[in-house]
Amino acid sequence: MRITKPANMATSNQLKRVDFIFRNENDWEKILSSTLQRKPQDLINELISSELKGRGGAGFPTGLKWKLTAESKEKEKYVICNADEGEPGTFKDREILSRVPYKVLTAMAICGYITGAKRGFIYLRGEYRFLLPELNKVIDEFDYYCQETNLDFKISIFMGSGAYICGEETALMESMEGKRGEPRNKPPFPTQSGFMGKPTVINNVETLVHTFTIFKYGAKKFYDLGVQYSRGTKLFSVSGDTPKPGIYELELGMSLQDFVYEFGDGDTKAVQVGGASGFLVPRKKFKDAAIGFKGKLTGISLPTGGSMMLFNSSRSMFNVLDNYLEFFREESCGQCTPCRVGCQQLLLGIKAVKRGEKPASYLDKLLRLTETMQYTAKCGLGQSVANSFSSIVENFREEMIY
Amino acid sequence: MDPIQTLVKNLAEKHGRSRESVLPILQGVVEQEKFLSERSMIEIAREIDIPAADVYGTATFYSFLETKPAGKFIIRVCKTITCAMKGKNQILFAIQDMLKISLGETTPDKQFTLLETNCLGWCHKAPAMLINDEIYTELTPEKVREILSAYMKVNANH
Amino acid sequence: MNKKVNISINGFPVEISAGKTILEAAEEQGITIPTLCHHKDLCVAGNCRVCVVEVAGQNRLSAACATPCEEGMEILTNSLKVRNSRKQIIELLLAEHNADCTKCYRNGNCELQTLASEYKIMTQDFIELVPLKHVSIDSYSPSIIKDDSKCIRCQRCVRTCAGLQGVNALTVAHKGDKMKITTFFEKVMRDVVCTNCGQCVNHCPTGALVEKNYIEEVWEAIANPNKHVVVQTAPAVRVGLGEELGMKPGKSITGKMVAALKRLGFDSVLDTDFTADLTIIEEGTELLTRLKKALVDKDKSVSLPMATSCSPGWIKYIEHMFPDHLKNLSTCKSPQQMFGALVKTYYANARNIKPEDIVSVSIMPCTAKKYEAFRPEMHDSGYRDVDYVLTTRELAILIKQAGLDFNKLEPAKYDRLMGESSGAAVIFGATGGVMEAALRTAYEIVTGREVPFENLNITPVRGVDGIREATIKIENPVEEWAFLDGVELKCAIAHGLINAKSVMESIRAGTSDYHFIEFMACPGGCLGGGGQPIPTNPEIRQKRAEAIYAEDEGLPIRKSHENHEITKLYKDFLKEPLGEVSHHLLHTKYTQRERY
Repeated sequence: MRITKPANMATSNQLKRVDFIFRNENDWEKILSSTLQRKPQDLINELISSELKGRGGAGFPTGLKWKLTAESKEKEKYVICNADEGEPGTFKDREILSRVPYKVLTAMAICGYITGAKRGFIYLRGEYRFLLPELNKVIDEFDYYCQETNLDFKISIFMGSGAYICGEETALMESMEGKRGEPRNKPPFPTQSGFMGKPTVINNVETLVHTFTIFKYGAKKFYDLGVQYSRGTKLFSVSGDTPKPGIYELELGMSLQDFVYEFGDGDTKAVQVGGASGFLVPRKKFKDAAIGFKGKLTGISLPTGGSMMLFNSSRSMFNVLDNYLEFFREESCGQCTPCRVGCQQLLLGIKAVKRGEKPASYLDKLLRLTETMQYTAKCGLGQSVANSFSSIVENFREEMIY
Repeated sequence: MDPIQTLVKNLAEKHGRSRESVLPILQGVVEQEKFLSERSMIEIAREIDIPAADVYGTATFYSFLETKPAGKFIIRVCKTITCAMKGKNQILFAIQDMLKISLGETTPDKQFTLLETNCLGWCHKAPAMLINDEIYTELTPEKVREILSAYMKVNANH
Repeated sequence: MNKKVNISINGFPVEISAGKTILEAAEEQGITIPTLCHHKDLCVAGNCRVCVVEVAGQNRLSAACATPCEEGMEILTNSLKVRNSRKQIIELLLAEHNADCTKCYRNGNCELQTLASEYKIMTQDFIELVPLKHVSIDSYSPSIIKDDSKCIRCQRCVRTCAGLQGVNALTVAHKGDKMKITTFFEKVMRDVVCTNCGQCVNHCPTGALVEKNYIEEVWEAIANPNKHVVVQTAPAVRVGLGEELGMKPGKSITGKMVAALKRLGFDSVLDTDFTADLTIIEEGTELLTRLKKALVDKDKSVSLPMATSCSPGWIKYIEHMFPDHLKNLSTCKSPQQMFGALVKTYYANARNIKPEDIVSVSIMPCTAKKYEAFRPEMHDSGYRDVDYVLTTRELAILIKQAGLDFNKLEPAKYDRLMGESSGAAVIFGATGGVMEAALRTAYEIVTGREVPFENLNITPVRGVDGIREATIKIENPVEEWAFLDGVELKCAIAHGLINAKSVMESIRAGTSDYHFIEFMACPGGCLGGGGQPIPTNPEIRQKRAEAIYAEDEGLPIRKSHENHEITKLYKDFLKEPLGEVSHHLLHTKYTQRERY
């Protein structure tokens, strides 16, 4: 059955495409120097009033993060750009670093100015090593600018080596400190005790580019886009069964139904919002789901790193879940019981149900297990497995069994 | 000083000798030697003055820091959901058929090692694979054969 | 910082110091939150997630061991959500664990078993993971067996080996479902820098790390009518054994222990304390000889400081890590090995028994002693000097297997010839004890007077600080030792291998001016050894130390050189300290080993 957008669809709910992120007006030096003329407190207020939230998936208010770090009396501070993009279906940060890396460096320098940090790092995942030559050139140019303008901020790249969990902020810092990427206990949080135990701002690549937009155009321009609690725009990485795979900057708050009309292939059975750590929304719930942080249009509200994977009716949801669980089982750091053992139990469990070795009711035990993982896992990885597990099993139970 | 000692020493000169230097040094050894031998880990432990067990524990955490002997070209085929949907298995079969090795193995001439990896960040152009640091996307079995042939030719000319 | 915060635990308002964790606050209120990865000796991990509690206003549960209390926190330690979650965590741990308790060495004293019992885990619905993996048992080491099928990956052993001991033989490797606790390149423990100190065994909550036991071998020897089985008991055993037999820590049960050993069927029950006194005579003479060579003869080849050599964990450590300083070690064997060498020569002669018919057994608070007994050079008697080493824990097993009611036993005395000892010998079991014993004798030899401390208790060398120092000024020595007049004898005591490392590094750097250093591998000294009862923690070790010093004060002889059996030994057999016989039987050589 083909799904087509009704001809009389109201336009107010349609996807709104914007072009702030990749717009390159070659003005980074100007923006940097003018921003550095302003008072740090003003800049913090600007960020806070924009209501920008982290774009890596966790959605922490950026202004507050920079404010907390700035308030610390510690002399030594750091700014880290989290470029360990690894969530399945996400590829936006790579594009940013290829096309507009200057914005990232500028944002980091401004953050350094506001917080007092003199050192910035970009933690770049090992799988993106091919970006190094170009990035190094950009950093050299940036260094030159800093020397010319006496700006005391040095940026260097730290390469990852193939570990999804290093996208978790404390695991990332452990990795930079030369250790296994095992997440730390929180509290203390990075703004208090981060890299080398010092106050650290750690932000996703896209988040930093949004701060550039805000400092260039002002908070209001950003705030006026999107919806309540989910201001501004977001990059969406679209892939799967879609005629238009790619990266799109869209206002937040869109309805998933509109998204499917735009990007579906006419036969969309389900959409995975937010990668393997996100939620699978079945067709019947498209109209109830909106993409944003807190609050809702109607129905479900789905925070996200922007990964949107579309599945059509040819896809087996069992295979999808099986793929996600294998991913988590391998990428878990292995430190804490609920995640290390839980991921294994979930994967083996659904296979056993499918093969008939365990009864269908075992799925309910596994659902309870994911609840426990949600409450007790030490970091976001273990805590988020429940999202895709429960949304897939609850909406496609038949496919798990037969 | 043998080549491994020299390599580690040079890397330590470049990256420093503190605990924070471990990862860049490990990466440097892998870049040249393709994997971390017992010997190289001991040298790193000696050079930075950290326990050998810690070097091993840290190295084995990261998927790209091989501790088993690997070939000159390490092929990593993405197996995460979108690539899986778009034909990763056909790609694997094509490679296995051409190189006559299974997953995890290295060709007898030590040129190619075949591994799977998780999401490489090219889902809109799936299926994708890395060969060392080079990325190849929108793969088909034919394309893969072309790519590998090119690699083999380059070697033959050396 | 005396700041207080107000919180509530299970509805009851509580005022506690800021910075305390939820776990500590609950403990103060008499509420025990169950833990697994947490240990008083170790840094906080927060990975097992057993100690999770509910904090009002948060959807997720918090790990009590890792969460500091904040003003206004409302904590629930036993809500339904907590209980259900905790139960699932325990089930998950059991699914990853070889839960065949009846076949496990730690059956009856396992923290996971206790938790499963408390939470009445009566079914296992999850899929058993152990059969699906290739899990190995490493039993190559003479001291420690590592069974990965029982590992719950709490990482206590890694934190112990790294943080507490500074040896770093164990590490966490790989990630995800392949995450495991292992060694460098996953070699067997025998082939890495493991010192056999057994602290990992002491701190392991399950049976993943246990000592290699020789219980059946000893029973067979005892049952063999052609064998004369001699047993020696270390000082620290007598203050630890009671804990394995239902007593509270801090009770010394020497007499009952001897009685039990006799009932078990040992042909002769003797005391390692005897050779501890002997060690003092030999080592004291060695120290004074080195001092004379250094100060009078100005012999540059003499190595000072001199380090004690009775802790085999320490010996293996220095052999790996500081092989360029083996000359600093005293050449004296440990009391265990001196005993072993004498029992198949001196004792065999005196009792008219053929040495090949003697089985020499020792009871030790130590796992490294098992390794020490098997060192190739420990054959000076012409036979293996010590045949089997049993830990305090294994002795308790023998006693229980024999059905002895410890409470009803009448205390007995050690047998003669090698059973007499002094208070100086018994304090060998505590950190600082060897130093104190040596000083009590050396000072008196040199000055003719007793050490100037009340009741012979040299308190400056006692205590629990990792590294302690004491300086004794020699004034008015007797004529033979006149060259020591005015010399300030600088002594140091280190316990725990991580502290040994600091001291050795200053020696290597040339910045230390000590003359004599006591090194013990285990925190607290032997009373905290790898073979002592489990659990261990600072309070328990403190109680054991108090029992040792109390026993010392209660003994009629307090100094090693006043031990009559020692005097007889020299008169009849050894002739003189550091003499030819001593050199052959009581002194040893060391081996340089690889650092990695």
